[in-house]
Amino acid sequence: MRKIELADVTAKVRSMFIDACENIPANVLERLKRAEREEQSPLGKEVIGKIIENDELAADKRLPVCQDTGVAVVMLTIGSEVVFEGDIYEAVNEGVRQAYTEGYLRKSVVKHPLDRVNTKDNTPAIVHVKIVPGDIFKVDVAPKGGGSENMSTVKMLIPADGVEGIKKLVLDTVFKAGGKPCPPVIVGIGIGGNFEKCALMAKEALFREIDDRSPDPIAAKLEDELLEEINKLGVGPMGFGGTVTCLAVKVNVFPCHIASLPVAINIQCHAARHKSCTL
Amino acid sequence: MIKITTPVDEKLIKSLRAGDVVHITGVIYTGRDAAHKRLCELLKRGESLPIDVKDAVIYYVGPTPAKPGRAIGSAGPTSSYRMDPYAEPLLKEGLKVMVGKGSRGEEFKQLLKKYGAVYLSAIGGAAASISETVKKCEVVTYEDLGAEAIHRLEVEDFYAIVTYDSVGGDLFEQGVAKYKRI
Repeated sequence: MRKIELADVTAKVRSMFIDACENIPANVLERLKRAEREEQSPLGKEVIGKIIENDELAADKRLPVCQDTGVAVVMLTIGSEVVFEGDIYEAVNEGVRQAYTEGYLRKSVVKHPLDRVNTKDNTPAIVHVKIVPGDIFKVDVAPKGGGSENMSTVKMLIPADGVEGIKKLVLDTVFKAGGKPCPPVIVGIGIGGNFEKCALMAKEALFREIDDRSPDPIAAKLEDELLEEINKLGVGPMGFGGTVTCLAVKVNVFPCHIASLPVAINIQCHAARHKSCTL
Repeated sequence: MIKITTPVDEKLIKSLRAGDVVHITGVIYTGRDAAHKRLCELLKRGESLPIDVKDAVIYYVGPTPAKPGRAIGSAGPTSSYRMDPYAEPLLKEGLKVMVGKGSRGEEFKQLLKKYGAVYLSAIGGAAASISETVKKCEVVTYEDLGAEAIHRLEVEDFYAIVTYDSVGGDLFEQGVAKYKRI
């Protein structure tokens, strides 16, 4: 058995969120630079240029890239040979609390969805746990903004809808969202599973690296085709029209019921903040 | 690029067209959902507003806390459609410019024509860069709302793009129509 100190988890979560909010991953920045070269609209090009300038300034001066420093999403991958004493969720929340109160990040969480009083420390985090064999302890974090999250959707399609039905849903969702989710976006798609599983898969898809490709050949083909088709929608950077609406499409799949074709679409803004570490 | 100073000139505002790039210098006020709700409740009760919105600019933003030595934290725009229900009472009071991001309702566009006002976009997610153009920031009212309080910002060359003008021009529609290939 391998023992993990929860104090280490708290410290790691704290530093990862501050780091994530101030630093856009290098491969996302590279992708944005390619988008700036490829964008056909002069205004769209100018907008992407300003986004890149912002991301570099934020890293240089250690400022949050975006004022919406999000809801804290945390994915824990815990090996079955790992032990810890105490409440892992509280350890994560304490890290989030410290990051947001000490790291000059905005607190964007309300305690109750209807009376809407701010919790003032951005807790609770949304925590997902996966148990795997071995002694790994991996932490993935993402501050997820509200603007792009609000443009996401879940739909229970039927098998007859097939690939065409999925494509139509994705294209409609991205087109209707227009400039609201801060395009160029990354589109995370979960297909299969059931109602809640597909939503989680869509989120997990957004945690993948921007330049990877699904190991599933059908999903990989869909990623390529959807990226091309979304970029024909004309939405463009910030919705002002253009040829780069989407930086990447990520499709995750899972077995499902013979009667179902669940599809979830989770939209990520261009500030695709994400950090990963193994303890 | 067109320079705008505050309080804004009505004629200049009416001459702006969707797609124009502007630089704003002067005083702008911040406000999001919660502050707008309170302002409209005051007007409904026939009370006066804590800020003078005549010929003013309201920026939809909830900044991060300012780091030591900086006027403001990161301060990019929030989605504007959520403020649609509060637009008319403020336009009636003479508000001329709203700054945010993303599309808004058809009814809102009609209001801009009726009141000779414009809707501008700042670049979503360019929050650190935008904070560099804010020279001074102070809370005017509703301090209890934290990031959502109404702040008075002194800005220099604040970059924005005319998105809906006062004659029905819509940059989203025009831009998408030009590049749609599907």
